[in-house]
Amino acid sequence: MSPGVNFDEVLGGDMSNKKPTNLNNGVSRRAVLAGGAAALTASLFTPKALRAADYPTAEVNTTGLAVTDDTVTIGILHSITGTMAISETGSVQAEKLAIEQINAQGGILGRKIEYIQEDGASDWPTFAEKAKKLLVNDKVASVMGCWTSASRKAVLPVFEQYNGFLYYPTFYEGLEESPNVIYTGQEATQQIIAGLDWVAKEKGAKSFYLLGSDYIWPRTSNKIARKHIENFLDGAKVVGEEYYPLGHTQFNSVINKIRLKKPDVIYAIVVGGSNVAFYKQLKAAGIDMTKEDPIVLTISVTEDEIRGIGGENIEGAYACMKYFQSLTNDNNIEFVKAFKEMWGDDMVIGDVTQAAYLGPWLWKAAVEAAGSFDVDKVRAATPGIELTSAPEGYVKVHENHHLWSKTRVGLAKADGQYDVVFETADLVEPDPFPEGYQ
Amino acid sequence: MFSDYSMSELGAIFAMQGFAGLILFSVFVLMALGLAIIFGQMGVINMAHGEFMILGAYVTYLMSNLFSAYMPGLFSAYFFVAMILAFIASGALGLLVEWAMIRHLYKRPLDTLLATWGLSLILQQIYRSVFGAREVGVTIPDWMMGSMPVTDLIEVPINGIFVMVLAVSISIAVYVLMFKSTWGRQVRAINQNRVMAGAVGINTEWTDRLTFGIGCGVAGVAGSAFTMIGSTGPTAGQLYIVDTFLVVVFGGAASLLGTIASAFSISQAQSIMEFFLSGSMAKVLTLLTIVGILMIRPQGLFALKLRK
Amino acid sequence: METSNRFLSRSEIIGFAVLAAVIFIVLPVALDTFRLNLFGKYLTYAFVAVGLVLCWGAGGILSLGQGVFFGLGGYCMAMFLKLEASTPENTAIQSTPGIPDFMDWNQLTALPAWWQPFNSLAFALLAVVAVPVIFAFIIGVAMFTRRVGGVYFAIITQAFAAILTILIIGQQGYTGGVNGITDLRTLLGWDIRTDEAKEILYYVNGVLLFAVLFAAQYVRKSKLGRLLIAMRDQEDRVRFSGYNVANFKIFVFCLGAAFAGIGGAMFTLQVGFMSPTLVGIVPSIEMVIFCAVGGRLSILGAVYGALVVNWAKTTFSESFPELWLLGLGGLFIAVVMAFPNGLAGVYAEHVAPRIAKLFNKSAGDDMPGAAKTPAE
Repeated sequence: MSPGVNFDEVLGGDMSNKKPTNLNNGVSRRAVLAGGAAALTASLFTPKALRAADYPTAEVNTTGLAVTDDTVTIGILHSITGTMAISETGSVQAEKLAIEQINAQGGILGRKIEYIQEDGASDWPTFAEKAKKLLVNDKVASVMGCWTSASRKAVLPVFEQYNGFLYYPTFYEGLEESPNVIYTGQEATQQIIAGLDWVAKEKGAKSFYLLGSDYIWPRTSNKIARKHIENFLDGAKVVGEEYYPLGHTQFNSVINKIRLKKPDVIYAIVVGGSNVAFYKQLKAAGIDMTKEDPIVLTISVTEDEIRGIGGENIEGAYACMKYFQSLTNDNNIEFVKAFKEMWGDDMVIGDVTQAAYLGPWLWKAAVEAAGSFDVDKVRAATPGIELTSAPEGYVKVHENHHLWSKTRVGLAKADGQYDVVFETADLVEPDPFPEGYQ
Repeated sequence: MFSDYSMSELGAIFAMQGFAGLILFSVFVLMALGLAIIFGQMGVINMAHGEFMILGAYVTYLMSNLFSAYMPGLFSAYFFVAMILAFIASGALGLLVEWAMIRHLYKRPLDTLLATWGLSLILQQIYRSVFGAREVGVTIPDWMMGSMPVTDLIEVPINGIFVMVLAVSISIAVYVLMFKSTWGRQVRAINQNRVMAGAVGINTEWTDRLTFGIGCGVAGVAGSAFTMIGSTGPTAGQLYIVDTFLVVVFGGAASLLGTIASAFSISQAQSIMEFFLSGSMAKVLTLLTIVGILMIRPQGLFALKLRK
Repeated sequence: METSNRFLSRSEIIGFAVLAAVIFIVLPVALDTFRLNLFGKYLTYAFVAVGLVLCWGAGGILSLGQGVFFGLGGYCMAMFLKLEASTPENTAIQSTPGIPDFMDWNQLTALPAWWQPFNSLAFALLAVVAVPVIFAFIIGVAMFTRRVGGVYFAIITQAFAAILTILIIGQQGYTGGVNGITDLRTLLGWDIRTDEAKEILYYVNGVLLFAVLFAAQYVRKSKLGRLLIAMRDQEDRVRFSGYNVANFKIFVFCLGAAFAGIGGAMFTLQVGFMSPTLVGIVPSIEMVIFCAVGGRLSILGAVYGALVVNWAKTTFSESFPELWLLGLGGLFIAVVMAFPNGLAGVYAEHVAPRIAKLFNKSAGDDMPGAAKTPAE
């Protein structure tokens, strides 16, 4: 891992005196959205769009990437067919929105972003194949993509071998730190610990029932949760831990077990179609989540999932993640508006969708900081990159390629949105290899 | 595991667990009946069975939107309309598929498997193009989503009762159709001897088509009912297909009674094991047990005729 | 059905030669390393498809669980490669260096005993064939001696695919779970990720495929092959003639499993990882489709089937990512409805006679095994 590079030092040319640059970034994007008059005012504060002529192709692209005098090509690699298409569609939409906004603002180093979209088809070998195609055949400058851990693990050797650059949007289990990946979602400790502390302190929770779909993310997350509950929360204990196969649709037995154990908190990391079945059956079994007996705390249900579950079926549950659509900061209000303008009013935006949206912006900032599209230079410029324009608020790239971000707890409402009831005071440091949680 | 609980608590838990097993049983019956009719009576392997179910679920989704937009007053009753329409929609698609595809393949049962697998891919993509890749949320009338407290400790989910009542009524309806109606007699006759059935004047083509249509229609109703307990998305149908086939084969393909018996034993085994083991392990053990029994008794629990 | 008793008839020699030319000359010349590697991957499915021709086309046993054997072979290979990749230096960041990374993530502190033998390449190579064969043997004995066949057999094998997938995913500390066994690097110190290695592996794959094809051809031409066909068409008569039908079925099922295992191992080597998505029901059915598209009665057709379907899948999904399922689904239906003998059937019925006319020869004995009647 290369050491952090000071953003301003690297930033060359006529922008070096504009500080902090990222703030301007945000402003100018807003200007684009607001259109005409606003853009005029805003342009007083923003740098002019970088002109391609100032950055000759031969200089900004020394490794044969798909960069021309007017364009730069990146890849989008998500599942748009198969079971994962349900989740990944939002990420694709967010990435396309970010690309369109960046282009409207003049592109990157004066070059418009073009993208090649490939379908991972919810199949990990296909992801590896398509990743290789994007890197080897299409020579894309970076890739926005992947969703599940399995797809990331499948493409990781490809990205490392061909020195590609991947922006990965999902909250995930950690235990990884690749020089070729920027993790724009939260790793497990970032997402989990603040939520557990909150539920123990605010709700006085003492006993937890851990429940998950059977694969690495829920298992690792529950492992971290268990360690934290047993070692760091006074007098709290885990009364049950259980996993169901992906796609399982019958949860009445586990609901009965939960009744038997009477935990204060059901800590649920159920994913995909199982999610819908779990919450519907929980509600039908007479467990009214709004009564908070027990409290349902999840880290796997974003607004996207609630569409399938139905707001009335999950009302009263708490979710712990870094972003909710209902955040009221200006960045987010504009982001939500732009997203709905592009993709329709009935769209909802979940945590991962927002993280996917950060990908192209973080890449833009890093490329401009590096003054080059070369992967090695972009990588060197990446740690320390900040975005003040992120919908979730201020984020910053850690040297370990994860983001510093706040963690929030939301209370699910019947309309499918979350009320933010808690947010950490400071940014939480990403810690993909947490000591004491292994 | 049980030492901390009083007898009444334990009694309540076991009662509810027994009930959970019955719900699972009803779910299996609903899933499998449509397939049992088609597979058992016609020998056709319909790999698109799950997609026919999801068609029913999408019809329910459309109805829920329609009623909440135009007839909010009748919303609490829309589900019944939706189920009837789901039957009609899936049944009509079934008739069409039989006419276009299946009838050419009766002599090649293994080939129907490939063709219907292709059909399932096409249907999935159509659902995705029409309804989007995301799951859709089907709003269920409030009265169907609560639970009924029986005692202080025992609560019975209403949708569970609904699924059970539905499973029982559809089973009875299928039974009556099969054993009391002209159509049923004809189906059974064709199943026993196609040529002779034709010779005595049964319109075998039309009977086949109707059988396939009814099987698909029942699948549609099941899909409609499952919007209460599961997800509705383009690929949700695949979640059901293996379980469904196992129930039918385990029961002995030609026997509706066998299908019900096998649904009962599988669901009870699974829900008991789920209670004592982790969910993943329970599933594997259930599957292994089924396969083990099938190895000893390949014709299934109840079989009218042995082997091919 | 087959008129010639020779190992290869004249037209079969031509067929094999053409395929050899395609695999060893045309594809390497026409494609860059990336595409060639893709075709190498497709060819690994051809191993399974050839096995299916024997089981299904010739023997009438449709297995919907070939992914199980493909996966077992692939996993055996992947276990060896993973152990080689997990040197204490490479895994220094783990709490227990020297064991595969996924074990460390799942709090295993020592290599499980049943992983130990996979430190040996010889054992791993043996296991690639032996493990699928043992599995197939157990299933085969249980099913065929009880005369389970047809649809029942298909669905029971499907259940096996489901069970194995759930087991692999559930036991992730030992198997890598959903992620599979990833990040495989070297084979006895030889880096399998370089372009050069990929090309060599492609040729190794091609040679092995031909070995399998010849083995399959040998079986077809032997007395066993003819008995299989006799069994498929009239099992009882074969039984009444004093043959033990079950034993033949078990043998051919095991053979198909062995082929699939080899294919799986080559898949692991060429793609660089193994995952449960290759074990489940969907890939198992897809493999049957490869065989059906190529022609369930023709071993050469099966190879072309695997190539064509996968190539179409890749191309479709690159050009029309949102519509490729429609094309694929349509292809399956079309093959079953209109071309029950697949590409080989089309060749035998439409292409071969014209070629024969062109050269004014007899068109009696065309693509190997392209029969005139559909199976079953």
